[in-house]
Amino acid sequence: MTVAHEANIDIKKGSSSLLHNLAFRGVAYQVLLAAAIVLLAYLLYQNVNANLEKQRIATGFDFLNETSGFDIGETLIEYDSEDSYGRALLVGIMNTLSVAACGIVLATILGTIMGIARVSRNWLASILASGYVEICRNVPVVLHVIFWASVIRNLPSPKQALSPMEGVFLANRGFIFPVPEPNPAYTWVWVALAAGLVLAFGFNYWAQKHREKTGKYIATLWPCMGIVIGLPLAAWLVQGAPLVWSVPELKGFNFRGGASLTPEFIALLIGITFYTGAFIAEIVRAGIQSVPVGQIEASRALGIRRGFIMRYITFPQALRVIVPPTTSQYLSLTKNSSLGVLIGYPDLVNVGNTTLNQTGQAVEAIAVMMAVYLGISLTISLGMNIYNRIVAIKER
Amino acid sequence: MKRIQKFSMLTVLASVAAFALQPAAPVQAEEGPTVKKVKERGEVLCGVHQGRYGFATADSEGRYKGLDVDYCRAVAAAVLGDSEKVKYIPVSSVTRFPALQSGEIDMLSRTTTVTLTRDSSLGLNFGPPTFYTGTGFMVRKAAGVEKVEDMGGATVCVVPGSTTEKNIAALFRSKNMQYTPVVIENQKEMVGAYFSGRCDVMAMDQAGLPGHRQFDAKTPDDHIILEGVFSKEPLAIGVRQGDDQWYDIIKWVTYATFNAEEMGVSKENVDEMKNANNPDIKRMLGTSGDLGKKLGLDNDWAYRVVKQVGNYKEIYDNNFGANSPLKLERGLNNLWINGGLMYGFPMK
Repeated sequence: MTVAHEANIDIKKGSSSLLHNLAFRGVAYQVLLAAAIVLLAYLLYQNVNANLEKQRIATGFDFLNETSGFDIGETLIEYDSEDSYGRALLVGIMNTLSVAACGIVLATILGTIMGIARVSRNWLASILASGYVEICRNVPVVLHVIFWASVIRNLPSPKQALSPMEGVFLANRGFIFPVPEPNPAYTWVWVALAAGLVLAFGFNYWAQKHREKTGKYIATLWPCMGIVIGLPLAAWLVQGAPLVWSVPELKGFNFRGGASLTPEFIALLIGITFYTGAFIAEIVRAGIQSVPVGQIEASRALGIRRGFIMRYITFPQALRVIVPPTTSQYLSLTKNSSLGVLIGYPDLVNVGNTTLNQTGQAVEAIAVMMAVYLGISLTISLGMNIYNRIVAIKER
Repeated sequence: MKRIQKFSMLTVLASVAAFALQPAAPVQAEEGPTVKKVKERGEVLCGVHQGRYGFATADSEGRYKGLDVDYCRAVAAAVLGDSEKVKYIPVSSVTRFPALQSGEIDMLSRTTTVTLTRDSSLGLNFGPPTFYTGTGFMVRKAAGVEKVEDMGGATVCVVPGSTTEKNIAALFRSKNMQYTPVVIENQKEMVGAYFSGRCDVMAMDQAGLPGHRQFDAKTPDDHIILEGVFSKEPLAIGVRQGDDQWYDIIKWVTYATFNAEEMGVSKENVDEMKNANNPDIKRMLGTSGDLGKKLGLDNDWAYRVVKQVGNYKEIYDNNFGANSPLKLERGLNNLWINGGLMYGFPMK
C-alpha cells in the first residue's frame, strides 16, 4: 500500500530519472525475476534433453499414442491391452479420482462424527472417539493401507465366501453385491434425482431466508428428504417400476454378475479414510471448542434446544475454523491415495509406473503424474477456497 | 519495510542469475569409462532382484546367492580381482531401468528379458543371455486347471512393468479369454497375494516358480506349475549405452563361463588347466596370448572368474540344478553341444 502511495507521489512530481522511479523499479524487478525463472526452466529443460539424448534414451510424449499391451484390473472406462498408454493413464486418473472422492466424503463424515463425539458429554462416546483419534493418527498411513489389505486378503476364498444375505458376498476377491440390471428408464430416475437435489437446496435456502426475515423456523429435513427420495421414486413408478436384479453367482474362478468392490479399493479406501478421518476429527473438535462457551450458555438460558444450538450457533462459527485446515487434509488424502501402488490398486501412480517401465521414459511419465496431481490438488483448493469464502465471517 | 523488500529481491535475483549463468552442467559429467569408476570405488554396484529363488536371494546374514548374483561376482572377479567386491542393490521391476540409466548401478543382473524396445529406447545394451526361460503359471491344484485354456475368468497376480505382464495380456487376448490382473510391484507382496488366495494364478518367468512353490507355499503339493512355456524370455545383463569397454567385459565374462564349461574347465581343475596342453584353454586362462589387455583387464581375468565363481554348469547346478533344492533340468540352458542354447563365442 505504502509503496504504491509513494510511487504515486513520485510520478506526480515527475522527479529525476527513471531509475529512481519506484513504480518503474517495482515493475522492473518483477520482470527481471520472471525472466530469470523462465530462463532457468528453459536451461534445465535443455540440460535434461541433452543428457537423455547423450544416453540415447527416447524423449517426447509420442509414447502416449502407442499401444500399451498391458491390462488393468479395475477400469471405470472401456480399456483393454490394445488401447494406448494415454488411455491407460486416463484409467489410472479415474481410479485415483474415484478412491479420492469416496475417501474425502467418508473421511469428512467419519471425522465430523468423531470430532463431535470427542466433545460430547457422553463419557463412552468421547472415550471411544479419543481412542480412535489417537490410534489412527499416530500410525503411518502406509501401515493402515497394508494392514487392511492383508485383512481383506485373508478373508475366505470365493467358494467359502461369507454371505451375510442372499446375493451379497465378502471374500478375498472383494465385496460383491447385486445391482439392478441397466434399463433405459433409469436415465429419468437420475434426472429426477438431480432435480430433487436442486429443489431441496432451493427450499432450504428459502427456508433460511424466511427464518432470517421473520424469525419463524420451518423444518427442512423431512421435506428435503421427501423431495430427494420421492421424485426419483415417482419417476421410477411412472415408468412401470422396471427392476431386474443382477445377482452375483460363483462361476468358474470368480463371481459373475452383480457389482463388486475389489480388495485393493476397499483396503486403500478404509486406510486413507481412517487416517484422514482422525485428523479431521481433531480439526472439528478444535472448531467446536473455538466457539465461546458463553454463547452456548446464553442459548441454553434462552431455552434453545441442544440440537439447534449445535446446528445454528456452534457449527456455523466452527466452520470458519474448520474449513481451511480441512482443505489441507483433503489434499493430503488425495496424494496419499498413491499408496495404492503398494497393494496393487491400479491408480495413476501404479499405471504410470508400468508405463514408465514399459516405455523407459521416466522423465515424461513422472511429469505426467506430477501434472495430474497438481491439477487435482489445485482444483480441490479452488473449490474449498470458494466454500471458505461462503462460510467465512462477512465483514459488513 | 521497503528496504528489506528490495534487499531480498536482489538476493533472489542474484542467486537466480548465478544459477542460470553457470554452464549447463550435464547431469552426469564427462564420466570416464565405468571400469575406471569401479576401480576407484573398489566395488561393482550390481542391481539384483529383491528376492527370487535361484536368481537372487539374501540369506539371514544378508549374503546374496543366486545365478544373477554369481554374474555380479564374476564381473567383480574379472575387473577387481575379488568376487566379493560387489555391492548388491535390490531393485524392483519398476525401478531397475531408471537405476541403471541414472548410474546408480553399474550393471543390471536381475532376471531382465532382452526386448527390442529396452535395447533401443531405454538406452541400454544387453550381454549374452545367461538364462533362457518363458512365462509360466502356477495355480492351485484344487482349481482343476490343466492347460492355459482352463484359465478363463481367472484373477492373475503379476509384477508391473514386466514382460510377463504384456505376455499374459497377449496370451489371454489370443485365446479370447477374460482375466483380471492384480499388479503389485513388491515381489513379496505379489507372491503373498497369490498364496493368500487373492489370485487364482501367479504368472512369472517359469524358472522362478518352483522356488516360490517350495519355500513360500504352506503345502507345496497344493500348487501346480502348468506344463509348457508361453513366451520367450532370454534373461541377460544390462548396461548403459555409451561405454563399449564395460559392455565388452560383461559380454566376455559371460562367454567365459560358457566356454569354461565347454572346455571342461571348472573351479577345481582350473589351476591344472592353466598349463594344459590346449592352446584355447591357455589363451582363455591367460597363460598365453593377451586377451586381457584387449579388454583393458589383466591377463588372469577369466582364470579368476572360473576360480572364484565357476563355469556355467557349476553356477547353474548351485542355484537351480543338482546342488540346489530346486533340481531343475537344464533344458534350454544346456550347452549347444548338449541340445541347449548356451553358446560361447570363440575367445581368440
